[in-house]
Amino acid sequence: MKKLMMATAALALTAGTAYAGGHGKEVKLGILLGYTGPIESLTPAMAAAAEMAMEEVTKSGKLLDSATVTPVRADTGCIDNGLAVANGEKLIAEGVNGIIGGDCSGVTGAILQNVAIPNGMVMVSPSATSPGLTTMEDNGLFFRTSPSDAREGEVMAMVLQERGVKEIALTYTNNDYGKGLADAIQTSFEKVGGKISIVAAHEDGKGDYSAEVASLASAGGDILVVAGYLDQGGLGIIQSSLDSGAFDTFGLPGGMIGDSLPKNVGSDLDGSYGQIAGSDSKGAEIFAAQAKELGFDGTSAYASESYDAAALIMLAMQAANSTDPAAYGAKIMDVANAPGEVINPGDLGKALELIKAGKDVDYQGATGVELIGPGESAGSYREIEVKDGMNTTVRFR
Amino acid sequence: MDFLNALVALTNFVMIPAVAYGSQLALGALGVTLIYIILRFSNFAHGDTMGFGTMMTILVTWLFQDWGIGFGPLPTALLALPFGILATMALVLVTDRAVYRFYREQRAKPVVFVMVSLGVMFMMNGLVRFIIGPGDQRFTDGERFIIKARAFKKMTGLSEGLAIKTTQGITVVTAIIVVAILFWFLNKTRTGKSMRAYSDNEDLALLSGINPERVVMYTWLIVATLATIAGVLYGLDKSFKPFTYFQLLLPIFASAIVGGLGSPQGAIAGGFIIAFSEVTITYAWKKVLGYLMPEGLQPDSLVQVLSTDYKFAVSFAILIIVLLFKPTGLFKGKSV
Repeated sequence: MKKLMMATAALALTAGTAYAGGHGKEVKLGILLGYTGPIESLTPAMAAAAEMAMEEVTKSGKLLDSATVTPVRADTGCIDNGLAVANGEKLIAEGVNGIIGGDCSGVTGAILQNVAIPNGMVMVSPSATSPGLTTMEDNGLFFRTSPSDAREGEVMAMVLQERGVKEIALTYTNNDYGKGLADAIQTSFEKVGGKISIVAAHEDGKGDYSAEVASLASAGGDILVVAGYLDQGGLGIIQSSLDSGAFDTFGLPGGMIGDSLPKNVGSDLDGSYGQIAGSDSKGAEIFAAQAKELGFDGTSAYASESYDAAALIMLAMQAANSTDPAAYGAKIMDVANAPGEVINPGDLGKALELIKAGKDVDYQGATGVELIGPGESAGSYREIEVKDGMNTTVRFR
Repeated sequence: MDFLNALVALTNFVMIPAVAYGSQLALGALGVTLIYIILRFSNFAHGDTMGFGTMMTILVTWLFQDWGIGFGPLPTALLALPFGILATMALVLVTDRAVYRFYREQRAKPVVFVMVSLGVMFMMNGLVRFIIGPGDQRFTDGERFIIKARAFKKMTGLSEGLAIKTTQGITVVTAIIVVAILFWFLNKTRTGKSMRAYSDNEDLALLSGINPERVVMYTWLIVATLATIAGVLYGLDKSFKPFTYFQLLLPIFASAIVGGLGSPQGAIAGGFIIAFSEVTITYAWKKVLGYLMPEGLQPDSLVQVLSTDYKFAVSFAILIIVLLFKPTGLFKGKSV
C-alpha cells in the first residue's frame, strides 16, 4: 500500500511536471514603442515584426519546454518621458520577462534609467541610435539592434586603416550631422593610430571653396574625408580639390554616396571610397517576404531590427534556460555573434533546437546582427569604391 | 628648389583662386557701383540679375550643344554669352520701365529704391528658379585645364603641382578686356561722358541738354552686360545654382563698398581685396613654411591665423574697419 502510494505520488508528480512543461509556461514580452507621436507611422510595422518573431517561436514549441510567448504592447509616445516611464512600470507590474523598446533615443534613456535598471529588466531597443546611449551605465541590461551614429565613424576608420591610410584631412558640413560624424571619424581614426591633419567645416550653398581647399591642402594628408552632402558643399570641395591638385582620393561617408557624385565629378573621382549603411544579408529578403505574407511592410524602417530584438531575447532565454533577465541578459551577446550556425529569419525553431542541444548559434536575422561593445549593433555598412564613374560595392562590413 | 616649391604651392592655392574669384567679384561690383553713381541706389537685385543672365546663357549653351556647335577648346558658353547679355538687357529694361521709372518720376528717396530693388531681387530669383530649377547646373565644356597639377609636376620636377583651369584663365583675360573697354567708354565716348556728367550733377546735366532717360537706359545696358559676364564667368569656374548667386550679393557689395561705392577703380580693387582676404587670412601656412624654414624648424601646427569658418567674418571685418576710418571707401567713392 505504502509502495503504491509512493508510486502514485511519483507518477502524479511526474505528470504534474509534464503538464506544467507542456502548457503552463508563459513568457511575456513587452513591446514598448511610440504608437503615438512622431514615429507613429513606423511603430505598427515594428510591433508586427516583433510579434511575428514571437509567433514563430510559440509555433515551433521549442522554447524552454514549449513555452508560449505573449506580446504586451505599451506606448512611449516617442518623446514623452513621463508616459514612457509609466508604461514601462506597467509592463513590469504585468510581469513581463523582457522589453523590446524603447524606440526614440530620449525615452529609451529614460526607461532604462527609471524602469529597467531599478527592476533589473533587459531592454533591447530596435531604433535608438544616439551615441549617448553607448556610454550610459546600463548594468548589462540594455542592448540595441540598430547601430549608433558613432558607428559610422568606426567603420570609416576601419576602411581607412585597411587601405593603409595614415593621415587624413577632414572637412564636414557645418551642421549637427556633419559635426557629429566628423567627431566620430576623428575619435575612431585616432584610436586606431591614424593622424588627422586638419578638421575644417564648410558651409553648404556657397560657390567658392578655394579658401577651405587651400587650408586642407596645406595641412596635407593621404586622402581628404568629406563628411558632407553630395549635392551641396561636399561636391564643391571635391571639385575644387581636384582642380587644384590638392587631393586625388576622397573618403566618402554615407551623405556623399549617390549616383550623382561620380556623374558630376567625372573620371577623376575613380579610386575614392567610402561606406553607407546597408546590408546584403539574405535575411533581409526572407524577412520581407514573410512580412508580406502577414500583411505588413518588412522594409519599413526599423521593422527588421524589431524582429531581431525580439528574436535575440528569446534565443538568449533558451541559452540561459531561464526567463530571468539577470540570467539571460548575459547570453544575448553569445547568441548574436559568431561562432555558431548562422540563423536567418524563419529559422528560430532550428536555432532553439541547436541551443538546446548545446550548440552555438550566430544569429544573423533580418539585419545581419552583430553586437559590439556595450551591446549595440555593429551595423552593416556597404563599402563603396568608385570605379569607372560608378559606385561599386566592395564588400559589406 | 624648396623656395620654388613654396612659391608654387602659394600660387596654386592662394594666388590663382583669389585672382579668379577677385575678377568675378570686381565685375559684379562694377555693376553695383555704376547703378549707384548714376541711378543713385544700391541695387540688391544685382546678384539675381547675374543669375538670370547666366541662366539664359546656359539655356543657349544647351541649344548650341544640341546643334553640335562648339568653340574648340573654349567653353561653348562664351559663344552663347552675347545672347545671354541680350536677354538680360531686355529684362532689366523691362524692369526699369515697369518698376524703377515710376519711382524715379516720383523722385523717391534712395532708401525706397533699395527696398524696391529688394522686391525685384526676390521676383528675379523666383523667375530663375521657376525656369531652370533650384539645382546645380554645370555647363563647362571644352578643355578643362591650361596646366594640370600632375603635368606641371612632371614638367618641372617640383613636388608641388600648379593647376590653372581654362575657366580661370578666361575669367582673368575677360575681366581685363571688359574693364579696359568700360573705362575707355566712360572716359572717351560722348555717351560715357554724358553718363559721368549726369552722375556728377543731375540738374546741370539736364540743363546742358543730356537726356536723362537715355543715360539711364545706357546704364542699364552696361550693367546687364557686366552682370551677365560676371555671372557666366563665375558659373563656368564654379557651378550655377540660383541660391549661390543670391548669396553672392554680400561679397559683391562688400567689394564695392570697401573700394568706395561709386568709384569704378574702387570696385575693382575692392573685389580683389575681398577675394584675397577670404583666402589668405584663413590660409594654413604649414606647407609653405615647411618648404621655407630650415630643417628642424618646420612648423608642426597648421600656422593658421583663423579657421576657414571665419572667412566671411574676415571680409566683413575689413569692410567695417574701412568704413570706420574712410567712410567713402579706399578710392573716395560717395559716402554710404
